[in-house]
Parts: sequence; structure tokens; C-alpha cells
Amino acid sequence: MTLPNPEDLLAEITAKIKAQLEINGVPNTALVGIHSGGVWLMQRILKSIKQDLPFGTLDAALYRDDYAQRGLKSESKPSNIAFDVTDKHLILIDDIFYTGRTTRAAMNELFDYGRPASISLAVLINRGGAELPIAPNIVGAELVLKPNQDLQLNQDADGKLLLSLQKANNG
Amino acid sequence: MVNPQLDSEGNLKHLLTIEGLPKKILTQILDTAETFVNVAERDIKKVPLLRGKTVCNIFFENSTRTRTTFEIAAKRLSADVINLNVNTSSQSKGETILDTVDNLIAMHADMFVVRHSQSGAAHFIAAHVPSGISVINAGDGRHAHPTQGLLDVFTVRKYKPDLHNLRVALVGDVLHSRVARSEIHALTTLGVPEVRVIAPKTLLPAEVEKLGVQVFHDMKTGLKDVDVIMMLRLQNERMTGALLPSAQEYFKTFGLTQEKLSYAKSNAIVMHPGPMNRGVEIDSSVADGKQSVILPQVTYGIAVRMAVMAILAGGSAGESA
Repeated sequence: MTLPNPEDLLAEITAKIKAQLEINGVPNTALVGIHSGGVWLMQRILKSIKQDLPFGTLDAALYRDDYAQRGLKSESKPSNIAFDVTDKHLILIDDIFYTGRTTRAAMNELFDYGRPASISLAVLINRGGAELPIAPNIVGAELVLKPNQDLQLNQDADGKLLLSLQKANNG
Repeated sequence: MVNPQLDSEGNLKHLLTIEGLPKKILTQILDTAETFVNVAERDIKKVPLLRGKTVCNIFFENSTRTRTTFEIAAKRLSADVINLNVNTSSQSKGETILDTVDNLIAMHADMFVVRHSQSGAAHFIAAHVPSGISVINAGDGRHAHPTQGLLDVFTVRKYKPDLHNLRVALVGDVLHSRVARSEIHALTTLGVPEVRVIAPKTLLPAEVEKLGVQVFHDMKTGLKDVDVIMMLRLQNERMTGALLPSAQEYFKTFGLTQEKLSYAKSNAIVMHPGPMNRGVEIDSSVADGKQSVILPQVTYGIAVRMAVMAILAGGSAGESA
């Protein structure tokens, strides 16, 4: 299977986020990247839209529903939301949308910081397989993958985005 | 020998002592604590990790600060918390420790935080509880106080991130201090190259050098060029016999004053596990001075205790299933 070029997909979602910014108004909008891929994407998006937006990072590990089974990943990173989320239009950024459980956890965490005006979700790829009534608003590409396929976004030493598809161990 | 704190895959099952814990686990706890530091700064100071779990604080020995910080830590993880002050309850009626514990297990407790004046009490309880229940040692006799040791190294790491380049001095009653033992194990495991202890001979355990520390009996040489000063409390309640001439004389020789502080590096930090005996081991002007990080220690203590509970809770359901 040929995978799309993630750099092209990034350009696509960046354009869509720019359009969204015009609707919401710059001072009322903030970006929140989900560790790790979503944070890389957010940094690239911030660089290319050249607007002074509030932004933050989130690791929803503490809010996940499979915590008791999985525990904490040792590489879990602190969330950092240094702005007031109340009445902001938040654009949540993640690399790959799959079951929707990470998004659910991220939304719960955001509500512990305050009451946002709205939350929308931008992802590079929607791979299908949602297990919750949650769907991304801004999507770079739709792919249909089997449960035993593991799609990962990585970054090379120069910060270039790379997609890789592997067979999942637990699929 | 099997480490009773670890499961067959090397994950943390109980936290009883820092001694023998691999560096990987210590680093995991400290890194996880970083995630919890900012939870306290939010509108809603809670995460749902331990929702539906019950944490029992069993304190056979009083300690308001330790119990309170464990209680806050558990509550910020959304656990239900039960505090038992066993001094004042069933033990005074003759119930054994294990009977007390069994009763709490019958009430579906998921985690025990145990403080006892006897060394080994937490190990004893950990050996008794069924799998899936975790025990955290909140201080046992003169033996260990692992979460205090961890929060102290967490505080050191916050202010002096380059642990491989540090000189740390522990000052005072090492003999009676479970905190000192936990701190020494944590510091040496994490790669701090030079750990010193400064104390009168009567307040040092025999063969203390075997813990990997340098021994000094005088503040001027002991504090020279250190980056971190960890003061220890004079454990009046654990002292038997005449180990010291008087509190005043102790203060004169080993009490941390501005003058003695000036022997250390100018950016050295001053720590104390509390409760402080002002004017005995530390002068008020130092305790409240700008090099003191004594109150940040308390704040970080909550994050570190949250991290320990979170790590113990994660994965346990999967293992027993």
C-alpha cells in the first residue's frame, strides 16, 4: 500500500486551520497538540501560519480508559496548557485518528482547565475504526486500515515527517 | 534474592524502600512526578486515574504532614481515602496488625500507605496482602522512608538538573534517620558522585561509609563547595541515652547558620524534610532564607506521591486478570 506524503497532508490541514482561524478570530483561538506527533504538527503549523496564537501541549495518559491495563508509559510527558482555555475555540491536533479514545481523554483533560467555547479536532490521517461517537473536523487524508496494521508518524533528524505502516503485535 | 517490591516483569508492585530499586524505576517515578506537578496549578486539581479505588492510610505512628500529603495525593488522583490512626483505635484494644489489614482488605481496599515505628512493618504487610493490592511504606522505624527520599531527589533534580555533577551533604542525625538512608540510596543510584554526611560520631550508624558516603565531623570542611545541603531533624523521640550534651551545643556545632552556609557554594540549596527544630538543627534566617527550598519540597512531595500511586495502580488490574 502506498502511503500519502505526510508533508503534503500537513500543508492541507494547515490551510484548513487557517480558514478556521478566519471564522473564529485569531485572539479567540488556541492550538493544542497531543504528544508526540500532534505536538510536532502543531509546531510546524504555528510556524507556517505566522500568527501569535496561544498554544499548549497535552498528554492525555492520565485520562485514558485503559490506564488500569496499560499503566503509564514511561515516556509520558507533562501537559502544558499555560493559557486560560475558558471561552477559547480550541483546535486539538493529533497525528492519526483511530478509536477516538485519545480524543475523549484529551477533551476530559481540557475541561479540567476550564470551559472552552468549542473544541475541534484536526488530524493528519483518519484511519477509520472509531469506537466512540467522535470524528475529526479537519482531516488530511482518509485511509482504511485493518486492526492489525499499525500506522505511525515519525520525524527524521531534520524534522521531516515520515509515515510508516507495520504489522501490530497485538492486532 | 527476589526483590519483594517488583513483579516478575520488573515493574513496581510495592514501594517499601529505595534500597535495591533499579535506576530505571527511580527515573520512572521522578519523570512521572513531573506530569503531576502542574495538576496542582489547574482549575480542577484532579485527574481520574484512581477513580473508584480505595487508599487506606494506616498510621501506627503519628505524622500529620506525611499523612496529609498522601491524602491530598490520593484525592488528586480521584481515589477514596480512609485514614486510620491506629494508635487511637483497635490496636489499643489488642487487635494485631494483620487483623487490622485483613479487615481493610475485606472492605475492598486497593492500596495501603503504612507508617509504623517498627522497622520492617511495611514489608510484613506487603508479604501478607493478596496480589493486586499495593503497599507504600510511609516510614518504618529507623529503616526507610522511600517517598521522602524520592521527593528530596526530585527537588534536587528540579534545582540542580545535572545530578552527575553534584556534591550533596546530609547534616545531622543520620543514626536515627530513615530519611537519610532513603536519600543516600536514591542519590547514589541516580549517579550523584559525591554524597557526604556530617554528624557527631554518636549520631552516625556503624560502618556508614559502606553506603557510599564520605564522613565528616565538622561543618567547615564538610560543607565546603557543596551544591545541596540536606538537613536532618534531630530525632528527639527516637533517642535513648545521652548521645548529645545539649541542644544548644548541638546548634553551635552542627546547626545551619548563615555563617556555616557560606562554606557551601553560593548557589547551594538548603533542604529539610520537616518538621524543623528551629534553633536546634537550623537557624530561622536560613530556613526562611532565599537558598531554602523547604516549602517547595512539600509541594513536590504531593506530585511524587501521586506518581508512586499512579505507577502502582497502572497495570495491576491487567496482571491479576
